[in-house]
Amino acid sequence: MSEFSIIGRRLPKVNSWAHLTGEARYADDIFLPRMLYGRLLRSTRPHARIRRIDVSRALAHPGVVAAVIGADMPEKMGIMPSTQDETALAVDKVRYVGEPVAAVAAVDEDAAFEALSLIEVDYEDLEPIFTIEDALEREDVKIHEEAKRANVFKEVHLSFGDLDAGFARADHVRDDWFFFEGNTHAPMESHSAVAQYGGDDKLTLWTATQVPHYLHRELEKVLGLERSRIRVIATPNGGAFGGKSDPFGHEFAAALLAMRTRRPVKITLDREEVFYAHRGRHPVKMRIKTGVQKDGEITAVHYQSWLDGGAYASYGIATTYYTGALLTVTYRIPIYKFDGVRVYTNKPPCGPKRGHGTTQPRYGFECQIDKIAEDLGLDPLEYRKRILQPPNSRTVNELRITSMGLGECLDALQRRTHFSERRGQLGRGKGIGIAGSAYISGAGLPIYWNDMPHSGAEIRIDRGGGVTVMCGTAEIGQGSDNVLATVAAETLGVYPSDVHVVSGDTSLTPVDLGSYSSRVTFMAGNAVRDASLKLRTLLVGAAAEKLGVPETRLLSAYRRIYDQDDPEKFVTFADAAVLAESKHGTLVAAGSYKPPKGIGGTFKGAGVGPSPAYSYQAAVAEVSVDLDTGTLVVDKVTTAHDCGRALNPPNVEGQIEGAAYMGYGEIIGEEQVFRGGLHKKPSLLDYKLPTSLDTPALEALVVESVDAEGPFGAKEAGEGPLNPVIPAIANAVYDAIGVRFDETPITAEKILDALGKRDNRGVTKKRIGPDGLGGDADPNRALRRLGATTAARERRVAGDGGQSPPTG
Amino acid sequence: MTKELLTLRVNGEPRTIAVEPHHTLLEVLREELGLTGTKHGCELGECGTCTVLVDGVPVLSCLTLPAFLGDADVRTVEGLAGAGAPGRGAEREATLDPLQTAFAEEGAAQCGYCTPGMLMTARALLDANPRPSRAEIAQAISGNLCRCTGYTAIYEAIEKAAARS
Repeated sequence: MSEFSIIGRRLPKVNSWAHLTGEARYADDIFLPRMLYGRLLRSTRPHARIRRIDVSRALAHPGVVAAVIGADMPEKMGIMPSTQDETALAVDKVRYVGEPVAAVAAVDEDAAFEALSLIEVDYEDLEPIFTIEDALEREDVKIHEEAKRANVFKEVHLSFGDLDAGFARADHVRDDWFFFEGNTHAPMESHSAVAQYGGDDKLTLWTATQVPHYLHRELEKVLGLERSRIRVIATPNGGAFGGKSDPFGHEFAAALLAMRTRRPVKITLDREEVFYAHRGRHPVKMRIKTGVQKDGEITAVHYQSWLDGGAYASYGIATTYYTGALLTVTYRIPIYKFDGVRVYTNKPPCGPKRGHGTTQPRYGFECQIDKIAEDLGLDPLEYRKRILQPPNSRTVNELRITSMGLGECLDALQRRTHFSERRGQLGRGKGIGIAGSAYISGAGLPIYWNDMPHSGAEIRIDRGGGVTVMCGTAEIGQGSDNVLATVAAETLGVYPSDVHVVSGDTSLTPVDLGSYSSRVTFMAGNAVRDASLKLRTLLVGAAAEKLGVPETRLLSAYRRIYDQDDPEKFVTFADAAVLAESKHGTLVAAGSYKPPKGIGGTFKGAGVGPSPAYSYQAAVAEVSVDLDTGTLVVDKVTTAHDCGRALNPPNVEGQIEGAAYMGYGEIIGEEQVFRGGLHKKPSLLDYKLPTSLDTPALEALVVESVDAEGPFGAKEAGEGPLNPVIPAIANAVYDAIGVRFDETPITAEKILDALGKRDNRGVTKKRIGPDGLGGDADPNRALRRLGATTAARERRVAGDGGQSPPTG
Repeated sequence: MTKELLTLRVNGEPRTIAVEPHHTLLEVLREELGLTGTKHGCELGECGTCTVLVDGVPVLSCLTLPAFLGDADVRTVEGLAGAGAPGRGAEREATLDPLQTAFAEEGAAQCGYCTPGMLMTARALLDANPRPSRAEIAQAISGNLCRCTGYTAIYEAIEKAAARS
């Protein structure tokens, strides 16, 4: 018999019914009286100065009511206050194909669409930069004038201990290069926002956002409208995965058009535009050098990463730090150095995608751990278990580790898949691979410095025993509304279906920083628990008085507050509410949560990485490679995940399976790639998302380490489980065909190349991946390329004054 | 463009509307009839999100012109549950399609956005094949992209609904 009445039970999510009947109201489902339809004009150039924009012909088009351009909202904005380099619509300059330049509002969508072609934009093309290497070296081309060195956005160097001494102690050193290709979230719902500006001069914005609070701040800044006059309502997101956690141009454009016209304005992006809005996984080149002793004990790690950031900052400063911050929390690393560089390129901005900045290094590191195990003749699963970072410890970069279930995850996988017996035994073309990982349960610091709670919740109990929970979280499909309802219901002793959840509304709900960094279960869960406990005390006190039983003997569950020694002695929850309200007045309580101090270091750059708790996970992948066609089939992915405690098991399993699916897609073929600045596949047909027929069998194993600080012991489940899947598949492919894939994705072409069956006529390769920053073994390649592009530029300048469209 | 007067049969109800002839069934359902339960994911026929049933067959409403439908029976997610049945709790569950109940129990709807299209496709599958194998389910929903679930919970929900029907 469980100690809980609600936690751990396989109950439907409280918002399921709205999803299943078509009642759920996503942003684009909102239709308001007099509403106008907006569309964005987007840049056709990767890098160009805007000489002139003329919207007069568009304004004259029948049905068009208003138009706005960048100069109407010149204030810089961006999610990270320290690196705001974006404007709502481009001002003076465009930096990627697809960047929003102007917006129109019309009486219907057709008129708005037609009007776009009537906007005249006069561009002066500038040479674009598309690669990390060019961005690092080209001082003569500046995507952002503010960049100090070439097109470097951010450079970080963190050092913990004497690296040389660490490598000197090693019996064996591995030095490997990796490349992780960029990819995008592709939620099924495209971004959408509806703005309304009332006669009271107040703005309401319904929008598919993960971060209503941060957006609220940016709207104030850009629109010059006091925040007290702005209400942001995060509509249910039809999937987000990190892709809706920046402030976006269309949100500001809809707001300004509504203010100008005093009519509601809706802007919904079409599918192609979603690929330009992007903020997805950074392409990252990595070099990882790891020293180990004979027994496998790590003596030192030097991790270097180069991130292709695209045209703007987004969360880039955090992403850069994240590539180095969390490598240390899984295995013991006594000495560590991290160098990270993020550059600007003329492509849609990269940002946070599920696993934010940790997915790429985790892929590289877990592939390298697999190689080290092989070098030392160790079983990769046993090897990982041997070097685990212990629970209740500090990492070399001063991160506080509390509950740590990676060992249990590895054990669970061994029991379920018999990995150790099967590895190397499946025959050519069949393979099995393993990898571990970890993730934060919420970032330890907010994105803007303040001492306020990270999450606030308010709970009200009505006279009929109904419970209303208000919290600023955004329901993005991860089940956050259900987490809030579950924690409140368990604490107060009602059913989740008794709880009304109001979330993500800056006017109604206390601030929660948003649905990013896997922070909601831990942080909002604790805030709701805090508020619930305050109300529970009042209810139990009133019930104790009524029943003549000491409070300590009373329990609350199943809509009753009862004597645990005599459960038939009870008052109903509704009666207790009436008694408590009679005694104390209106039953409202607020709760909040802030991570404890001291969970990270104090050095510069220590702000990224600390979290009140880390989730741990590991995956085993089983693959089949067709040696004639190069086709890689992933037969099964089994993921074990330490979520602390599964508040709602189907939801946790769904997160684990969904993360495995998304990770699988990233390594099997998804890629956000460009030709001359043009996105090569901005559609769901060309950008290959796995369908039901492609997706492997997925199995989720839930491990519960019961975290001491999590709500009922819970930690995150949304992001971490993606990370181990990618290296597990790469390691399984090695087991199958003896080829190391040190770059993603693993395509049939690359497999055939490795097997010598492409144009290399029988010359096989042991490894596919980069050997250096320039992408091949030739150190002079970057220099030669620099020379070639400079020459090409000079030819263009001499030939036609630099006006010809840039070539990629 | 001149609007055309058109009568569609949607969820059993005759609906007469004036529509632009080039507007798709998806646009008409959402914008003219207020049936926003049907979602759009690409409007190019690539994702299956906008799937509705026309005479029991799943079609992509984003590629369907209403003028060609005649008096065909159009069914959307709003028409999936027993029509007009009131009640709540067990009583309501009896009126919901077994697929809706099973999707809720199995957590087959995460963000819920692909769900209406997925439900309609699954309904057509079960109508034609009341006891589908997992491979048959995977085949049937292969045109409906889901980014949240990895499809596992969806398979389990469809199997559960089939077992209960």
